[in-house]
Amino acid sequence: MNIHEFQAKQLLATHGVTVPTGAVVTKPEEARAIAETLFQGGNHLVVVKSQIHAGGRGKGTFKSGFQGGVKLCKSAEDVQAKAQAMLGQVLVTKQTGPEGRLVSKLLIAAAPEIKKELYLAVLLDRTTSRPIIMASTEGGVDIEEVAEKHPEKIFKETIDPAVGIMPYQARKIAAALGLKGDAFNSGIKLLINVYKTWWECDASMVEINPLCIVTGPDGKEALSAVDAKVSLDDNALFRQKNIQDMRDLAEEAPLETEASKYSLNYIKLDGSIACLVNGAGLAMATMDIIQHYGAMPANFLDVGGGASKEQVSAAFKIILQDPNVKGILVNIFGGIMDCNVIATGIVAAVKETGLKLPLVVRLEGNNVAAGKKTLAESGLTLITGDSMADAAQKVVKAVGK
Amino acid sequence: MSILVKANTKVLIQGITGSFGARHAQLSIDYGSAVVAGVTPGKGGQCFEHGGKKVPIFDTVAEAARQTGATASAIFVPPPFAADAILEAVDAGLELAVAITEGIPVNDMVKVKRAMQGNAKTRLIGPNCPGIVTPGDGKDSHGGCRIGIAPGYIHKKGNIGVVSRSGTLTYEAVWQLTSRGVGQSTCVGIGGDPVNGTSHLDIIKLFNDDPETHGIIMIGEIGGSAEEEAAEWIAKHCKKPVAGFIAGTTAPPGRRMGHAGAIVSGGKGTAEAKIAAFKAAGIGVAVTPSEMADTLLKMM
Repeated sequence: MNIHEFQAKQLLATHGVTVPTGAVVTKPEEARAIAETLFQGGNHLVVVKSQIHAGGRGKGTFKSGFQGGVKLCKSAEDVQAKAQAMLGQVLVTKQTGPEGRLVSKLLIAAAPEIKKELYLAVLLDRTTSRPIIMASTEGGVDIEEVAEKHPEKIFKETIDPAVGIMPYQARKIAAALGLKGDAFNSGIKLLINVYKTWWECDASMVEINPLCIVTGPDGKEALSAVDAKVSLDDNALFRQKNIQDMRDLAEEAPLETEASKYSLNYIKLDGSIACLVNGAGLAMATMDIIQHYGAMPANFLDVGGGASKEQVSAAFKIILQDPNVKGILVNIFGGIMDCNVIATGIVAAVKETGLKLPLVVRLEGNNVAAGKKTLAESGLTLITGDSMADAAQKVVKAVGK
Repeated sequence: MSILVKANTKVLIQGITGSFGARHAQLSIDYGSAVVAGVTPGKGGQCFEHGGKKVPIFDTVAEAARQTGATASAIFVPPPFAADAILEAVDAGLELAVAITEGIPVNDMVKVKRAMQGNAKTRLIGPNCPGIVTPGDGKDSHGGCRIGIAPGYIHKKGNIGVVSRSGTLTYEAVWQLTSRGVGQSTCVGIGGDPVNGTSHLDIIKLFNDDPETHGIIMIGEIGGSAEEEAAEWIAKHCKKPVAGFIAGTTAPPGRRMGHAGAIVSGGKGTAEAKIAAFKAAGIGVAVTPSEMADTLLKMM
């Protein structure tokens, strides 16, 4: 699960990480009020940041023509004006796709004077099955680019999960980041707390980019998480009640949310052939074989190991809401489950939805003969496939006609 | 021969009284596997009955192993308690713990892996996997050892080893083999999570050393670099023909494709890179999932 920047900063702040003072607002007047407080508190600049689950906000463009989803302001009036221009508008960035995202929340925060921008992330290293901290002196830029062009500028430290991050490891990283004096000491505290946030929140990734050296209220150099991104492990949400409440359904594709209600795993794609498959690996492989025979899949859809009649029916309805779909391929390997039960479910779903599009069904496994018989005797004009290859070729041909 | 389990391996089932565990305990008993014990804390002393067979239930894995001689466990315990169940099996000194459970928090598995470090006795397979089947001699491979949730009847005793992250894609490969009259030595699902007990490479090494395994099908998917590591080893050390398939060529980056581990992130773990690694290692690449068995058989 992904959360907004302001929520990520809340989690970090709860764990003792310094973030710029600010608040989230939904109205321009609220933005002005927060900004007034920040200016009165001695800040010279206040930033207005669109809250959407996508990167590239600063360089994005609103459909209204307004440029930039992140703006620096010198007055409360300007903050209100910028908030007015962003709220309720659709922001298009390189990560949102052309449809963009509706901005309904803004983070209004102090914009400290930045002395240097750094990069910091905590994530799982799959090769060692241990947490790893990645840090770089090259902050505020695309880290994948840094990794490609200057791999030597990325410092990595593996953490032993049995003991957690040790202070000496934080010191090593702080030194690698070139921190000195007050910034060094501030950095150690921040590194330990960022790691704690990752571990205690069951995060998949905590990324702070940029992590900034700023001048603190006491005049000393300190580190501050000026931007933050946190993604969470879905499997652990059951024990993270506070984080569950941070889910923003407006940021998720409506069909994917609908599918999750039926324990279906659906991801919309751009092709024309919908697929309905049991098992994630087989579902991916089915998408691949559609492409191999010259068409593109309209979705990933895993109905799980024990697909019921209700799930099959719900799956058909979700697939059919995608206007790009020109044909459907059902690929079920009924290992334990009875293929006839699935066939009955398909027939019922087709009748219920009044399906007009070409439908190719490939059934294999337990009681498959009875399942094929049910399909054949249903009176429906569906096409059966004997193997995955046969079924994929048939659906591509049917759609091509 | 076979790897990991033989037809007569004594198996206990953790979570035998839950609906999922019970169903598959019944299917394993029907398949003729030696299911000798169940473990459900608080239900020790009761029996799990199926098909005229009575399987004693114990409160702890240690007790179950001591009394029945079980050496392998199938773990069907729900996600919040699964890490504990795995480490209980390790503590009891079992040779094999197969975690079927889907949805275990990643950090729990990070802890399990750390706790198992240096433990040479217990091998963990999974989690989030279909389990292991070593087919038997009987009709529809009856009499073999089935640990987990795979359909037993699709197998046939023989000489091909199958290893995969995905359940249904394993069944697809197994069925392609069986339909062509070709049997399997052992079929292993290693699971679709980012942190798992046993890698593709671990299983490939076991198949390479197993005299009864003559060829190997290795099925991978996007995410991580386990397939590349296996391919590198195969190029240098594997004496047997290997055919493979990688699922996820069409998967968009940054999206988790069902399995928690199946995600292309930061440009890493793409299908293209894995297929290239397979080709470079001399692994026969099935261009579609329909051709997994044929690709291997052509090499043999």
